[in-house]
Amino acid sequence: MRRRALLVSGALASLASVILRGVGFGRESAPRTGPRAGYFPNAILRTHENKPVRFYDDLIKGKVVLINFMYTNCDGLCPRQTANLAAVQRALGDRVGRDIFMYSITLKPEEDTPKVLQEYAKSNGVKPGWLFLTGKPEDVEKLRRKLGFVDPDPTVDKDKSQHIGVVLYGNEALDRWAACPALTDPTEIVRYVLWMEPKNKQAAD
Amino acid sequence: MLSRREWIKEGLWSIPAFHYGLGTLLNRRISNEDDKVTSPPTRPFVVELPIPPVAQAIQKLDPAPDPAAHQRYSEFPPRVFYEIHQKEAKHSFHPDLPENLTWGFDGIFPGPTFHARYGEPIIARFYNDLPANHVGFGIPETSTHLHNAHTASESDGFPTDFFFSGQCKDNHYPNIYAGGDPREALGTLWYHDHRVDFTTQNVYKGLVGFYLLFDELDSGHEEDWNPGLGLPSGDFDVPLAFADKAFTPDGQVFFDAFNFDGILGDKFTVNGVIQPFFKVARRKYRFRLLDAGPSRFYQFFLSKDEPGKTSELFTLIANDGNLLPAPLAVQSVELGVANRMDVIIDFSNYKIGDQLFLENRLEQTSGRGPTGKIPIGDAILRFDVDRDAADHSRIPSKLRELPPINLSEVVTERRWVFERSQGAWAVNGKFFNVNEIRANPEQGTAEIWTLKNGGGGWSHPIHIHMEEFQILTRNGEPPAPHEVSRKDVVNLGPGDEVRIFIRFRDWVGRYPTHCHNTVHEDHAMMFRWDVTGRNGENPPSPRVFGTRILP
Repeated sequence: MRRRALLVSGALASLASVILRGVGFGRESAPRTGPRAGYFPNAILRTHENKPVRFYDDLIKGKVVLINFMYTNCDGLCPRQTANLAAVQRALGDRVGRDIFMYSITLKPEEDTPKVLQEYAKSNGVKPGWLFLTGKPEDVEKLRRKLGFVDPDPTVDKDKSQHIGVVLYGNEALDRWAACPALTDPTEIVRYVLWMEPKNKQAAD
Repeated sequence: MLSRREWIKEGLWSIPAFHYGLGTLLNRRISNEDDKVTSPPTRPFVVELPIPPVAQAIQKLDPAPDPAAHQRYSEFPPRVFYEIHQKEAKHSFHPDLPENLTWGFDGIFPGPTFHARYGEPIIARFYNDLPANHVGFGIPETSTHLHNAHTASESDGFPTDFFFSGQCKDNHYPNIYAGGDPREALGTLWYHDHRVDFTTQNVYKGLVGFYLLFDELDSGHEEDWNPGLGLPSGDFDVPLAFADKAFTPDGQVFFDAFNFDGILGDKFTVNGVIQPFFKVARRKYRFRLLDAGPSRFYQFFLSKDEPGKTSELFTLIANDGNLLPAPLAVQSVELGVANRMDVIIDFSNYKIGDQLFLENRLEQTSGRGPTGKIPIGDAILRFDVDRDAADHSRIPSKLRELPPINLSEVVTERRWVFERSQGAWAVNGKFFNVNEIRANPEQGTAEIWTLKNGGGGWSHPIHIHMEEFQILTRNGEPPAPHEVSRKDVVNLGPGDEVRIFIRFRDWVGRYPTHCHNTVHEDHAMMFRWDVTGRNGENPPSPRVFGTRILP
C-alpha cells in the first residue's frame, strides 16, 4: 500500500514537472532555451530607466551577471552594499553593460518606483550596465525565493531590515552560479566574476 | 506493503522538498508547498557496496617534478609517484536511476584509495581533464586538498591555488610525522576538491577519495602484532564515504546553487551508491567512516535484524583518522562534515544469515544542523553475515599514545567566532578574503585557539589545515573520552565554545581555517593564516604545469 503511495507520489511529481515546464510561462512568446530557462521566472520588471524587461530573456539568458537585493530607504546594509558594488562596477569598467551585467532588485517594489530607483542610482554614481529593478510585488517575491535570498527563519525572513546581503554571480550560458557576501572586498568580487568565464589557459593567481 | 521502517529506509520521511521544474530543492522555500517533490524512489539494499580500488603507483613522472616547487624537497625526496586524472565519467548511483555524469579522480566516485606509508614521500600529479566548457553545477577548475595531511602550503590545495582544464599540478606528500613525533601519526585521510566558492559543487560532483597512511604501529598487516597493533587489514579494512544527494524526478543529481545555508539530500550514498548491502564474514572488520558532506551530520548506530531494533556495541579506535590512546566501546558514533571515525565491528558475535543495519539516528531537516536524536533513523548500509573467515586481527588494549600538551609552548591565544552575517557566513565579523592574513603564527610555536559558535542555532564543523590539534575544553569542561584525541574538525553545536591546543611545525606558508559545512565555507566562512618561518622563509609559489593538448 505504501509502495503504491510512493509510486503515486512519483507520478504526481512527474506531472508537476510537466505542468511547470509546459504551462508555467506559456504566455511569453520569446524562445526560452538557455540552461536555466525552466528555472528563472520571465516576469516583466521595470528598470530605473522605466524600461520594461523580461527577467530571464532580457536580463539573464546567456549572460554573466551579478544580482543582489536592496531597497532605497534601507539604512542598514544597503548603503554599504551599493557603495561596494559601485566599486566593483568602476573596477570592471566598460565591460559592465557589454558582457557583464549588474542587477539590484528592490525588496520594496511598492515604494521603489522606477523614478525612486533612478534617483538612488544617480546618487550612488551608478553607470550604464547596472540596472535597478522593480516590479509587481508577487513577481519580485517569487524572484527572491528562486534566487535563494531567503532566511530559513520565517520571522527574520519577513523583516526586510534583516535581508540577505549576498551577491549572486554567475554565467547562465554555462549554468555556473555562486554567491559571496555583497560586502566582500570589491577586488575579490571582480576576480570572482571574471572567473565565471571559461578559460583554459590562464593561471589562477 | 511498506512498513513504517521501510518507509524510513526509503528516506521519504525526512525532508519536505519542492519542485521547480528543473529539479528538487530541499526544505527551505516554505511558500512553495505546491512544488513539493522528493527524489525518485529507489529500492534499498539492492546494490553491493563498492570498494574504491587502490591507487597504483607509476615508475616516474614525465616531465620530472620540479624540486624548486616544493619546501624541503631534498630532505624528503619522493619515492612513490602517482598520476591522477580528474575527469567526467558515467556513474550509477542505483539501478533504479539512470546513469549520471559525475566527476571523479580517475573518473570514479569515490576516487582510488591511496595506500601511503610514513617514510615514503609521494608526489601525486593531479591532472585536470574536466570538460572546459562544462554546463551545469561544478566548475572545471580544481585545487586538490589532502584533508588532515601535514603538508607544505603549496601542496595543500589552498582554495585559490586552483588550476584549469588541460593543466596539472604536483602535490608533494612527504608523509612525515609532525615534529618528527610518531605519536602524531595520521591514518585515515581523504582528498577532495577545495576550489574557492565552488568546493560544495565540485565535491558534490564526486571529487572525493581516501588516502590511508600506515606506519610501524598501524602497519596494515593484521598478523603483525609486534610492533604492529594487529588491526583488521586488507579486505577487512574498508573505507566508507557517506554523502547524501538529491535527484531530479528524471534521476539526475540535483544541486541547489541558490541555497546559502546548507543542502541536504534525501538519498544516502555509501562509496557512491544508494543504500548498499555488504556481505561480511564472521570476524572483525575495520571501517573508516567519512562524512563527505556537504552539510549533513550523522549519528550512526548498528541495529540487528531491523532498523531501530537494537543498538549493538562496537569499538571506536580513531577520531578524525587519528588512533585513540585506547579503544572505546560505543553504541554510536557521531560525525560532522569531514569527520572520520574508524570503528571495528566484530561480526563473530553474529550468526551466518544475520543482518545488521548501519543507521543514522540524527535528524536533520536543514543546513542549520541536527535537530536531535530519533529512535528509528535512516538505514544506510546493510551488513549480511554470510560466511566464516580466518581472523588474525585483534583489538589491543592500547593504540597510539597521545603527544603531550605542553602549555609552556603557548605564545598566543586567539579567539574565532563563527557566525551568520547578512545571510552569509563570517569569522569574527569578517568574510573570507584571500589577501587578508588573519593570523601569523611563528613556525615551531604553539597557540591556544578558542573556537566559538556565534549563535542562531546553527552547527559548524570547523576544520583547521596543516597540523592536528587537541581539545583542551568544550564549554569549559574537559572533552568527552572520544574527543580526547588529535583532531582536525571540531563540531561547534549551537552555543559551543571549544578551546584547542595547536602547534605549527615543519612548514611555512598560507593555510585556511573554515567551516566544513561547505555551503558555509563557500559563502565566506573561512580565513587565511600564514605560518611564518623563524628566519622569514617564504614558501615556493604553487606551480601549475603548462597546458597540455587534450585528445
